[in-house]
Amino acid sequence: MSRVGLVIVSHSQRLAEGVAEVAAQMAPDVTIATAGGLDGELGTDFEAVSLALEAAQSGAGVVVLYDLGSAKMVADLAVEMLGDPDSAAVVDAPLVEGAVAAAAAAQGGADLDAVLSAAAGAMGDLIPDESDSTEGVEILLTNDVGLHARPAGLLARALAGVEAEVTVTFGGRAADARSVLSLMGLGAAGGDRVRVAATGPEADEAMRRVADLAERGFEESSPG
Amino acid sequence: MGCDAGAVAAAIREAAAVITEHRDELVRLDQAIGDGDHGENLKRGFGFVVARLDESTPDTPAAVLKLVATTLISKVGGAAGPLYGTAFLRAATALGDGPELTPELISTALRAAVDGVVARGKAEVGDKTMVDALVPAAKAQGSTVGEVLRAAADAAEAGAESTVPLVARKGRASYLGERSAGHLDPGARSSALLLRSFADST
Ligand SMILES: Nc1ncnc2c1ncn2[C@@H]1O[C@H](COP(=O)(O)OP(=O)(O)O)[C@@H](O)[C@H]1O
Ligand SMILES: [Mg+2]
Repeated sequence: MSRVGLVIVSHSQRLAEGVAEVAAQMAPDVTIATAGGLDGELGTDFEAVSLALEAAQSGAGVVVLYDLGSAKMVADLAVEMLGDPDSAAVVDAPLVEGAVAAAAAAQGGADLDAVLSAAAGAMGDLIPDESDSTEGVEILLTNDVGLHARPAGLLARALAGVEAEVTVTFGGRAADARSVLSLMGLGAAGGDRVRVAATGPEADEAMRRVADLAERGFEESSPG
Repeated sequence: MGCDAGAVAAAIREAAAVITEHRDELVRLDQAIGDGDHGENLKRGFGFVVARLDESTPDTPAAVLKLVATTLISKVGGAAGPLYGTAFLRAATALGDGPELTPELISTALRAAVDGVVARGKAEVGDKTMVDALVPAAKAQGSTVGEVLRAAADAAEAGAESTVPLVARKGRASYLGERSAGHLDPGARSSALLLRSFADST
């Protein structure tokens, strides 16, 4: 299956590589190409961005994230030069959170638009939970780390393509189960109980997938 | 006086010399409200432009500007690269394939260039950027190429000066907030320098 690829454009090579490293943890099968620095110094390199766009393209499209405004301008130019607006897009998103969210979405097989919105929505704002919390199902997190990066990524991924709104509630706050960062923001640890609720045409399927994943302890192979 | 590809290339070389001459000034301006690389970025970029012009002079004014654009885009690592790159690219497109520049063509190309900078950087007049120098310059008219460019340079210099009291709302300087006031914007200064050197070349 061809997945949406990512390009990280940064003034600094080390920053670009670091962001790619963090994002790759969530997305073993996603190509994350970097364009950092210019001739070994701080700056953004148009040609490097163009090459990275090529490297990350597998046919499903490429999402480009950037660090500062001038990197965005270089990225915009490079994407424009491709001459095909469906092949790549630059997204305004926080760099690290956006890259993690985009990588997780791409890993789950999301299309270009969906990966773009995952990145753009990556601020992961939590909604205070005002419901009386009796809807949905309570799930015990039996894995060690709770809803930390990897389990949260797995959960978001498990829901890819399912037509349902899924919320996870914990400690009086609700998170969209497709937003890795929101999930992580709940701070639910191993041993905690979260409440999961789903609405929409495939709500049952969504609940089944969540329960299944939780039952398997979020695929945590060994403790720690 | 003719305004063919050779004359345009000569004007670009002159601009490169002016940028080199003002490198330190632009660096100082960018040190005050940015990261201090503007003068070096431009000097380096125009250095590559001159090197490419030494290899061969393109056939039309538009082709010369296109060469400038692609070189600045690929060689200038700061905001000025994509911004000036876009400006020269749009100007080249606006000029078409004609062998000579006319006053009307220059006016049209200026407007296209400035529209390109605004589209690329999303800055408005008053944001303390090169846009403050360029937008007034784009209104320049005249009955000769020289007249248009002199009017553009005059307007750009006044526009650049107007950035001094402003608080930056775009670009790196915007991170300084109020502390960016009281300084001339380096990009506005370089825009005025470029337009003045073009005017002086006619
Ligand atoms: N979004 C923008 N729109 C228009 N001009 C901008 C924008 N961002 C920066 N600039 C201009 O670029 C100049 C700085 O250029 P430069 O030093 O080459 O880039 P950087 O800020 O990346 O180091 C600023 O003085 C300003 O005039
Ligand atoms: Mg700078």
